[in-house]
Amino acid sequence: MSADIKVDQVLDAKGLSCPLPILKTKKAIETLTKGQVLKVEATDPGSKNDMASWAKRTGNEVLKVEEGSGTFTFYIKKSA
Amino acid sequence: MTIISSKGSLDMAYPPLILATTAASMDFDVTIFFTFYGLDIIKKGMADKLKVSPLGNPAMPMPVPIPTLIASLPGMEVMATAMMKSMFNKHGVASIGTLLDLAKESGVKLIACQMTMDVMGVKQSDIISGVEFGGAAMWLDAAADAQINLFI
Repeated sequence: MSADIKVDQVLDAKGLSCPLPILKTKKAIETLTKGQVLKVEATDPGSKNDMASWAKRTGNEVLKVEEGSGTFTFYIKKSA
Repeated sequence: MTIISSKGSLDMAYPPLILATTAASMDFDVTIFFTFYGLDIIKKGMADKLKVSPLGNPAMPMPVPIPTLIASLPGMEVMATAMMKSMFNKHGVASIGTLLDLAKESGVKLIACQMTMDVMGVKQSDIISGVEFGGAAMWLDAAADAQINLFI
């Protein structure tokens, strides 16, 4: 569990394939203010590496990735 | 990033739109130049009517292997298209129409090739809203400033 990370918004991207989890993450992160954390749940196995690339390119920080029973949970801090 | 989108089949409409929307989400300036058959993607009412043909494509996934002669029969294109759409839908892949909307929403610049339109008898009123009209120079101007330029 990630009780140590305060989540400001949750995005359910389960069941969606590339590029929707990334596009929805971008939209959601734009509604946050710098320093806030977005939690994204996705089932697309490609999203694990895609999210890392997206965050690197947009200057946001993936604080943590959890994997379990086909779901990837990303904690992304809006840093840009 | 710029992309020249020159094919109008369902399978070939996906790569430009997936790359364009994703690039926009990664803060790239994106331009798509639609030319030749690619114009079909941005014709009014066409986005979700694009088809894929099993003809001449040995990699086309089919429930059973289809000989080329059979693949040329009437109805096979409709069947292949329905099958591919259902596969996409099952896996949560956005439709072409949805991706086009997302592209416009995220500021992707769409250009229709005026020369192709003239040759093929396509009027500006046949094209969806939010599209600009131009030619090779317009694409080259955008491409010269971009680091990624693709021809699809």
